[in-house]
Amino acid sequence: MSKSIFIDTTICTGCRGCQVACKQWHDLPAEKTKNMGSFQNPQDLSFKTYKLVRMNEEIINGRLEWLFFPDQCRHCIDAPCLETAFDENAIYRDTQTGAVIYTKVTRNLDADEIIGSCPYNIPRKAQDNTLAKCDLCSDRVHNGLKPACVTVCPSGAMQFGDRDRILSIAKKRLGKVKQKFSKAMLLNPEDVNVIYLVGFDPKLYADYAVASSDRGGLSRSVALRKMMGPFTRMMRV
Amino acid sequence: MTNHWIDIKNSDCILIMGSNAAENHPISFKYVTKAMEKGAKLISVDPRFTRTSSKADIYAPLRSGTDIAFLGGMIKYLLDNKLYNKEYTAAYTNAPFIVGKAFEFKDGLFSGYKKNEEGPSLGSYDKSKWAFEMDEKGIPKMDRTLKNKRSVFQLLKAHYSRYDLDKVSKVTGTPKQDLLKVYKTFAATGATGKAGTIMYAMGWTQHTVGTQIIRAMAMIQLLLGNMGVAGGGVNALRGESNVQGSTDHCLLWHIWPGYLKTPRASNTSLDTYNAKWTPRTNDPLSANWWGNYPKYSVSMLKSFFGENARKSNQFGYNWLPKVDDGKAYSWFDIFDAMYKGDVKGFFAWGQNPACSGSNAAKVRKAMENLDWMVNVNIFDNETGSFWKGPGKDPSKIRTEVFMLPAAVSVEKEGSITNSGRWMQWRYQGPKPLGNSRPDGDIIMELGRLLKKEYKTSGGVFQDPILNLKWDYETNGAYDPHKAAKEVNGYFTKDVKVKGKLCKKGTLVPSFAWLQADGSTSSGNWLYCNSYTEKGNMSARRSKKDAPNNIGLYPEFAWCWPVNRRIIYNRASVDPKGRPWDKKDWVIKFAGDQKDGKYVSKKWIGDVPDGGWYPLENPDGSKRKDSKYPFIMRKHGHAQIFGPGRTDGPFPEHYEPLESPVEKNFFSSQRINPAAVVYTTKLDVYATCDPRFPFVGTTYRVSEHWQTGVMTRPQAWLMEMQPDMFVEMSKDLAKLRGIKNGERVNVTSARGTVECTAIVTKRFKPFSVGYATVHQVGVPWHYGWRWPATGKEESANLLTPPAGDPNTRIPETKAFMVNVTKL
Repeated sequence: MSKSIFIDTTICTGCRGCQVACKQWHDLPAEKTKNMGSFQNPQDLSFKTYKLVRMNEEIINGRLEWLFFPDQCRHCIDAPCLETAFDENAIYRDTQTGAVIYTKVTRNLDADEIIGSCPYNIPRKAQDNTLAKCDLCSDRVHNGLKPACVTVCPSGAMQFGDRDRILSIAKKRLGKVKQKFSKAMLLNPEDVNVIYLVGFDPKLYADYAVASSDRGGLSRSVALRKMMGPFTRMMRV
Repeated sequence: MTNHWIDIKNSDCILIMGSNAAENHPISFKYVTKAMEKGAKLISVDPRFTRTSSKADIYAPLRSGTDIAFLGGMIKYLLDNKLYNKEYTAAYTNAPFIVGKAFEFKDGLFSGYKKNEEGPSLGSYDKSKWAFEMDEKGIPKMDRTLKNKRSVFQLLKAHYSRYDLDKVSKVTGTPKQDLLKVYKTFAATGATGKAGTIMYAMGWTQHTVGTQIIRAMAMIQLLLGNMGVAGGGVNALRGESNVQGSTDHCLLWHIWPGYLKTPRASNTSLDTYNAKWTPRTNDPLSANWWGNYPKYSVSMLKSFFGENARKSNQFGYNWLPKVDDGKAYSWFDIFDAMYKGDVKGFFAWGQNPACSGSNAAKVRKAMENLDWMVNVNIFDNETGSFWKGPGKDPSKIRTEVFMLPAAVSVEKEGSITNSGRWMQWRYQGPKPLGNSRPDGDIIMELGRLLKKEYKTSGGVFQDPILNLKWDYETNGAYDPHKAAKEVNGYFTKDVKVKGKLCKKGTLVPSFAWLQADGSTSSGNWLYCNSYTEKGNMSARRSKKDAPNNIGLYPEFAWCWPVNRRIIYNRASVDPKGRPWDKKDWVIKFAGDQKDGKYVSKKWIGDVPDGGWYPLENPDGSKRKDSKYPFIMRKHGHAQIFGPGRTDGPFPEHYEPLESPVEKNFFSSQRINPAAVVYTTKLDVYATCDPRFPFVGTTYRVSEHWQTGVMTRPQAWLMEMQPDMFVEMSKDLAKLRGIKNGERVNVTSARGTVECTAIVTKRFKPFSVGYATVHQVGVPWHYGWRWPATGKEESANLLTPPAGDPNTRIPETKAFMVNVTKL
């Protein structure tokens, strides 16, 4: 069974321990940043930043809310990037964890097409067009550890485990959170393995907190190829 | 903390004020979140909406430096609406005590005030004017009905009658409806079985009224019956992992290990010293634990000087340094003396005064007067390199600086004591890098060389050095186990105590066994019980919890005193020994009873604060063999009236040294009349000055730590918080034509720091009196040494030269600044 992460933003304190833990585990270099008038930094995900806590200040129902959204790859159940790439040497699904994994070979893909296929706008490219994003710390998970971000979360806003269990925790938690946040919802829980719980309109947290209809998904040609998939694979053999 | 981190989960209402726990104590939110899951309310009171506020049920803004007005308003609210816990207040606090006729309070001044023209203290009080009335036996007169006009309770009522909502709101800038919401929600914890807690930090301490802010909260906690119970207490969140430990072991000038007093010059002999600092009571129901003072002071001397400490030489008491009476030797005073040229040598050990000291420009100037400085740190910092800092001419500075590279905490074995008083043993991870050495090794060698030097070359007053025991080594290296055992203490001869033979050289089981005759040693009586013949208690790791699972974990690490996890816990039970809270109880009396009387003694749960019988039998008759629960107080009662404080027995609102308010709305005393204000030509300040129209405050962020010596060289952290910044409201930004992300200058009477403007909804202007007051905030994590541009400087170049009279902690949380575009 695939693994999932549940991220409960209603108890996330925005400490960004997860953001640093991700860099540390993956040994990713720091970006040269500048304070742009907000605590959020870097400004966006990048080839060197797989996890980013987005921060937004919003007045909701006359009350100031500081919204934190630890953004990362959702490891979609049906991953458009994987379908679009159509090359298991470049993007494949790890059978043990269900994680969608990018390899060096991604540099042979059409990077913009892959990025464009992601409904959550996650993958980022290097100068040579190699793509990178969260790998669910699958090396850690294979060795019995939790992903680095989940391990360091001090408030318990992140949980990790088998998808069934995590999904049921998420649903149960939603029921409870609704008492306080009437608009609370899970974001595309049936489609993704990184399930967010938000207290307010997801658009306020991040542009692509929920799957966006104006981007991503499969292009015509990819959809066609997918339809032809079994046949094509047969041909290859 | 009177309680501890895990205990926060037991709370019904968590007030976070004077701290920003989500950002600066992130792990605490594990327990805050657990409490909230069970329905606890979270209140955040802060000048600025923080990451803590983002999780709170109630957020209330207040202008920096007005916490006493805010809390005074809460006291009035509790009293007016009879929401205090009357049974607890009458039984366990000094609310019933009758205050002597000499006490009065008029227009901001308590009786006994005298101005001090010489400074730095603005004035002082003759505290004898605040004494209680005593009966013929020398016991304070009490009226448990709390009706006597001169009772503490009635005086309290009168004092805070002035703190009405209108006035409090006018002073604090907190909207009235927010005040009421906070008061009402927190007051609900006064109900029997409910508990409210306070999590505070430097946002409360670093004011000229810092001590009294905390006093005000302690009074609220007493009125609500929240002291001693699970999920209650007064909880100081310590800013460093071991700052509790270092305070316990005498980090501060005025206390010796275990909060013993630093001897004064007038304490000319051990007997005078002990007589002076040992409180006495005539009340047989008062345990007056400090009555044991001589046992602890003598055991400490035995620990320092070993065999050389003998009764005939007063156990070496005269070898201890004495401080002049009436003189202070705080951080402020050390650098003041250094600035004046009176201090010639300086060990900067694990610290960075060039960035952390208030009015840092004076600190940096003072260092120029040193002959030598030894900088013991893991990295070079703004202190060690002060001579090449901004505006310095190295060719004119003659201070010789030595850098001793220190090992980092994970490279050495030893204990740390966390905020919850838990002493926890840690093992060595990697070996120290390169030439770096553990602090213990450095200081052991220093001591050894000093001894050798004094022995061979002589010198003034060699005795203290030559007679030091100084044997905490094994095979030439510092041995943390030896040091920890020394702190616990040994029997120094075969003695019979409590009918039991204790062999010389064995470890003392607990401080109840310490003696004043030299037969025991203990480096710190509070830690006696931490390392015994049963082993190193702080290294225990059992996950066994208390019977009702309130998170005490009594066999995980060790906690002072005597492994008591929640102090004052005998106030968590009623006078008959039954817990107020039936579910989350801390201790309960479980002795046998017969005919309505207790006939055997037994407590269960946490280690009780003294194991005596309860005050009353089940039939309500009083017992003579009991003790009042607040055993560390001379009269056994918690102090709502605190006659020991330097600046008054009741907290009173005064404005910060620098404030936007010309006249204190409460009295003619604008600032704390006993505050400490330094006076050299670099100690300038400007209040109600149009050049500095905005309130400024300093704080920390999650991404950096202290002056940033450990975090600024860390690229991943710098990525998240790269630049010195100033946070301000949209209104202020508009007023000054400042755009978000622009570089600006923040200027106070003492200096200017360049910052990136963060224009945010999280800061809002305050309505104070009839005026609009703007406030800004700056983090104090930066310094010129790193990042390499040298442009990200310390916020303490802005902070004022004034401090609290009780502690001399600087007022870095409220001062006045200007903000201008670059």
